[in-house]
Amino acid sequence: MQAGIVLFPGTNRERDMALALQRATGRRPAMLWHRDTALPPGTDLVVLPGGFSYGDYLRCGAMAAQSPIMRAVADFAGRGGHVLGVCNGFQMLTEAGLLPGALLRNATLRFLSMDCHMRVERADTPYTGRFQRGAVFRATMAHGDGNYFADEATLDRLEGEGLVALRYATPAGEVTAAANRNGSARNIAGILSPNLRVLGLMPHPENQVDPQIDGTDGLPLFESLAEALAAA
Amino acid sequence: MKVLVTVMPKAGVLDPQGKAIGHALAGLGFEGVGEVRAGKVIELELAESDPGRAKSAAEAMARKLLANTVIESFRVELA
Repeated sequence: MQAGIVLFPGTNRERDMALALQRATGRRPAMLWHRDTALPPGTDLVVLPGGFSYGDYLRCGAMAAQSPIMRAVADFAGRGGHVLGVCNGFQMLTEAGLLPGALLRNATLRFLSMDCHMRVERADTPYTGRFQRGAVFRATMAHGDGNYFADEATLDRLEGEGLVALRYATPAGEVTAAANRNGSARNIAGILSPNLRVLGLMPHPENQVDPQIDGTDGLPLFESLAEALAAA
Repeated sequence: MKVLVTVMPKAGVLDPQGKAIGHALAGLGFEGVGEVRAGKVIELELAESDPGRAKSAAEAMARKLLANTVIESFRVELA
């Protein structure tokens, strides 16, 4: 599997993402620049990593969504390519219209820098194949604007089509208001595109991929991708 | 020609910033303040001199970038 990680001015989580992908796939991801107008031939996965692209000016991810490489990323997704957006990357995916809804300011108005737990809502996707359905894993959140919003009709459609990938939950897997620190609609932490190949999520699974540094809770997500895209 | 684009959170979209401002005003002793909503104003200096065309250009900019119409509404006025 050949992954490419896009760097925008203000991106700061690309190295952790690269380590996570390398650990799962054995291959070093390519680093792509926001001004690029095409993806390298043979790209199987594009990752939009976390950070504060363009200083979060206007709205988080709004500027990045208009940058030259995003046209190539949208074309890639349109052809059935896999795209993972984490944190600021999730914000970019919604701003670019590749995923529905938007990420609002956290309901508490506080920047949240803490661990959370997420329940895996389905295990038959390229991102979650190594989890059991209903499994709970820990990840770190670090965001000021992670409060997922969509209108009721969109939320019902996401639920009905099984496109909610991950929900904030207690370590025991209960979806409660207390586990939903940023106030997201219906505890949504991550959503998928209808073809299940685009995933956006706010917490950082790439933080937990090394047994010597805070455990490997996030590693199955990357291993799932490696397995799903192994043939590619 | 100067154009003002006012971007506001849509009705029904949680506006924690507006709420916090409302609480702060109450804390300062200002009475009778109902709902507070916080948005932003973007001032554009356009080369266009025809008011109608300036307005429609600014509306296109608002739809494409200045507002996220999933969560925000906008209003364009000539300054």
